[in-house]
Amino acid sequence: MTKILSIFNSRRTWAWPYVLFLVLFVLLPLLLIFVYAFTDPQGHFTLKNFVQFFTTNEAVNTFIYSMAIAMLTTIICLLLGYPAAYIMATAELKTPAVMAMLFILPMWINFLLRTLATVELFNMFSIPLGEGALIYGMCYDFLPFMIYPIYNTLQKMDHSLIEAAYDLGANGREVFTKVVLPLSTPGIYSGIIMVFMPTVSTFAIAELLTRNKITLFGSLIQRAFGEGGLQMWNYGAALSLIMLLIIGVTSFFGDKDETSSQTII
Amino acid sequence: MELSSAKIEAKKRERDIKIKRVCAQSYLWLLLLLLYAPIVLIIVFSFTKSKVLGNWTGFTFALYENLFTGYDRVAQVHVDPNLYYSLWYTLLIALVAATFSTLLGTLAAIGIFNMRQKGRKAIQFMNSIPMINPDILTGISLFLLFVFLGISRGLTTVIIAHVVFCTPYVVLSVMPRLTKMNPNIYEAALDLGATPFQALRKVMMPELWPGMLSGFILSITLSIDDFGVTFFTKGSGGLDTLSTFIYADARKGGLTPELRPLFSLIFITMLVLLIIINWRAAKQKK
Repeated sequence: MTKILSIFNSRRTWAWPYVLFLVLFVLLPLLLIFVYAFTDPQGHFTLKNFVQFFTTNEAVNTFIYSMAIAMLTTIICLLLGYPAAYIMATAELKTPAVMAMLFILPMWINFLLRTLATVELFNMFSIPLGEGALIYGMCYDFLPFMIYPIYNTLQKMDHSLIEAAYDLGANGREVFTKVVLPLSTPGIYSGIIMVFMPTVSTFAIAELLTRNKITLFGSLIQRAFGEGGLQMWNYGAALSLIMLLIIGVTSFFGDKDETSSQTII
Repeated sequence: MELSSAKIEAKKRERDIKIKRVCAQSYLWLLLLLLYAPIVLIIVFSFTKSKVLGNWTGFTFALYENLFTGYDRVAQVHVDPNLYYSLWYTLLIALVAATFSTLLGTLAAIGIFNMRQKGRKAIQFMNSIPMINPDILTGISLFLLFVFLGISRGLTTVIIAHVVFCTPYVVLSVMPRLTKMNPNIYEAALDLGATPFQALRKVMMPELWPGMLSGFILSITLSIDDFGVTFFTKGSGGLDTLSTFIYADARKGGLTPELRPLFSLIFITMLVLLIIINWRAAKQKK
């Protein structure tokens, strides 16, 4: 009994339930993606699933196209979001907190419904639904994820550094490129990750925004799990593994600042 | 002469700053306009009765009435009952998952905080995986797990899946509170005869609860907004949350019109809540 109590007393053990939970529901499932990707429905080892992907033109093209769309969306979000974050953090707004809240508030309306409303807006102005609508819709959905981390790092920035740079003779542009921009890179990194990750993996938004005219990589994965039989699961797992690889590489580059991706809270 | 030119210079600079500020502010308002345009559309068209969004057929509260009575008096048909089921399940899943996440995450945060560097790093890495993973990968990996273990998918699996992606945020919200806390007061409580449970409840909880609360609220937000994870873990037993209901609805072609008043009400409620919170925070500052 005292032994049990002493285990409970050392608070280290309090994390054990969560560790068990993580192993069972995070690590094991990811391991299963690996297993399914390298096996056939009978459970034998095979590379067929990857061969199938790399030899299907449509699949490879969809993959490249999705990457391009995701990158373009991320760049546009960065170009639109950085100035917004900068203005919010530096300009003397009467209520900066309210402004920041206003950018988050739309997220309380279900994103599918917002996307559908965007579709209706396009219809009202008779703008055809296609690539342009897709990119607009994605930027629309994920712009707040770019603004917020950048806003956070800019706000925490030591403003006396800017004054010091001015005092030492830097002009406005130099202050921005040599002081403000380098100091805000952690926010930019996490903003890029927070926009790129969901855009490269989305499936519902593209389906709704283009009325199924454009297929993205995420939709390809979803179809492999939705409509096909057992065989498709293994193929879908292989596609998921490819996406996992991209996510891993992206987050590795963004790893420099793990803390600010948490600042979205 | 020199003085006046300096004056003109200063005035010019002042004007430049003013122009800059106006430009900057109008840029923000323009972005907000784009951001809110679809939402305004939803709210405006919640006051008309047309089947499709964007077709104005006169002002009426009919959709609100339908939403609350569940019956369309004019067309004499019931509002799709799945709308109410999915709303109920959305709330149920969010509350249960957020509660579990908050308990699990808080205990985990305390444990991690008291660990040695090595174990701490390992768990923090595992903790970050569900946050980095896009919803489709979390969904598919859990889908494979449930298939592999032979667990039939339904309410339980959806709740587990939501706990998976909510708990990391609870851990992260509670951690800073632990860092701020005096580590000795828990030991002191034990020395003074409290059981570990009493010490947890009476000494640590009061210190940690703001972090727990923000973790809880964040979990609810994430859970309600989720689509991808729910989609893959809900199974085909007819379980739907609002997200998957809207998705299925949109794929069928027509969106249930009563969704418009429902989300208008949700949005207005959130707006009012935010205004109140901000107003109180501003008051406290004074």
